[in-house]
Amino acid sequence: MSTATMGFSRGHVEVLMFLRDRTAVIFTFAFPAMLLLLFGTIFGDQYTDAGVSASNVFSASMIAYGILSTAFVTMGAGLAMDREDGTLKRLHGTPITATSYVLGKLILVFALSVAEVILLVGVGALVFDMPLPDASHWLTFTWLFLLSVITCSLLGMAVSGIVKHARTAGAILNVPVVALQFISGVFIYPVTQLPSWLINVAAIFPVKWMAQGFRYVFLPDVMKDQEPAGQWELGRIALVLGAWCVIGLVLCLLTFRWSRDK
Amino acid sequence: MNAIEVRGLRKSYRGQEVVRGIDLEVARGEVFALLGPNGAGKTTTTEILEGHRRRDGGDASVLGADPATGGREWRARIGIVLQDADDAADLSVAEMVRHIAGFYPGPRPAAEVIELVGLTAKSKSRIRSLSGGQRRRLDVALGIVGRPELLFLDEPTTGFDPQARRQFWDLIRELAAEGTTILLTTHYLEEAEALADRLAVLADGRILAEGTPTTLGGGAQTTKVTWRDNGVLKEEQVTDPTELIRKLVATEADLRTLTVTRPTLEDIYLNLIKGDK
Repeated sequence: MSTATMGFSRGHVEVLMFLRDRTAVIFTFAFPAMLLLLFGTIFGDQYTDAGVSASNVFSASMIAYGILSTAFVTMGAGLAMDREDGTLKRLHGTPITATSYVLGKLILVFALSVAEVILLVGVGALVFDMPLPDASHWLTFTWLFLLSVITCSLLGMAVSGIVKHARTAGAILNVPVVALQFISGVFIYPVTQLPSWLINVAAIFPVKWMAQGFRYVFLPDVMKDQEPAGQWELGRIALVLGAWCVIGLVLCLLTFRWSRDK
Repeated sequence: MNAIEVRGLRKSYRGQEVVRGIDLEVARGEVFALLGPNGAGKTTTTEILEGHRRRDGGDASVLGADPATGGREWRARIGIVLQDADDAADLSVAEMVRHIAGFYPGPRPAAEVIELVGLTAKSKSRIRSLSGGQRRRLDVALGIVGRPELLFLDEPTTGFDPQARRQFWDLIRELAAEGTTILLTTHYLEEAEALADRLAVLADGRILAEGTPTTLGGGAQTTKVTWRDNGVLKEEQVTDPTELIRKLVATEADLRTLTVTRPTLEDIYLNLIKGDK
């Protein structure tokens, strides 16, 4: 059996097991959508000079949170769990390769992230009347989405190495998630409300760039005035996310262990 | 070429040496039991040979390869029965067996393996719903589904009821009859006695004795003979009781009270462990 075939076989059971765990389904999916509903409703009647409602801005930014929660948290907590319940030990005793195992996890993460984005865009479009973008924006969306999911997954895997027990994984992983959400302006509108030094700190990490990219995809072009740089900076988004992708990959290769011992 | 060859195996955790120079040879087709109390180093030794842990010192060869660097082809030839796995709770028994079978070049049919471990009735049940003993039988199924040449069983029957244990023993005998080499760890003496061709007693990270269930620790040499002479209980340890009994027959001793006891493996084992302390 090839590495790819084994990876797909892993992906199949990963998705199957996820869907059968109803709590995971509800909490992973419904939580970002619930936050979007709350934020959108609370600030829904605020409008920008360009006539774009705050709820639309949240709908776009919140996609970054959705991906962070499905990719970073699912990957990080999933790996910690697999190390604890014997999944990794079991697989390491069979001819499967580490690449196939990770491929299986990535299949799960992509499936979850696609579903999450559909849910959030659905809420934005149906509840808050966010207009859907044209084809060229969808093209940007595609690379932005792929890069975001891969970067978050790899970083989640890398962080799982420092998680000692699966039951604390959720708590540990949520610290960077929540902190980065706030300083990256996912919950803050407009982003320029944040002190500029905080924006500079956020600019080191991927979340700010993901949110900015999704605002480019789903908001009218005039909204670029609300960004810290006054423009969308697509090239820089690609660059920062690409760099984090490489950092994540290197960290994974350095820290991935089938067991704690080796 | 032996299935397992180990020389001077060592392993420490945080400065504490738990495997302190073990030598081991397991021939192909043999059922070998590692016997010892908790904390003796059985699991660590087994995990080093499975490739799950690295050794600190010594040489190890498993099916001709170093277990620390054994690749995919090597893994396809060994089978591991995990001791305390809790994975795949939301898959059904059949789904999990098929899934793991898919990684091996020439696996047994899933239904056949499930039947072999007696889980056919539970085939469609979620793994989460299995009892402890059923869960361990699934672990056995997953360990043998790839038709391993060498099977590692680390305390496989812990938590089994007596009937399940007997069924499990039959399964191991079947696998051994097919030519599978088996390395078994257990702290059940009757299990080692029932299954093993050879066994070694491990305590404190060292091998105290090695042999067959009948020769272990010089067991064959000491037979206990007791009888009553004028109501007084007499006891003697002898290598061969024949001569003593012939002598007793000629005396006035009351031979209705005669007992001839070969020490059980348990006596030998407990003596070995006690002697080590």
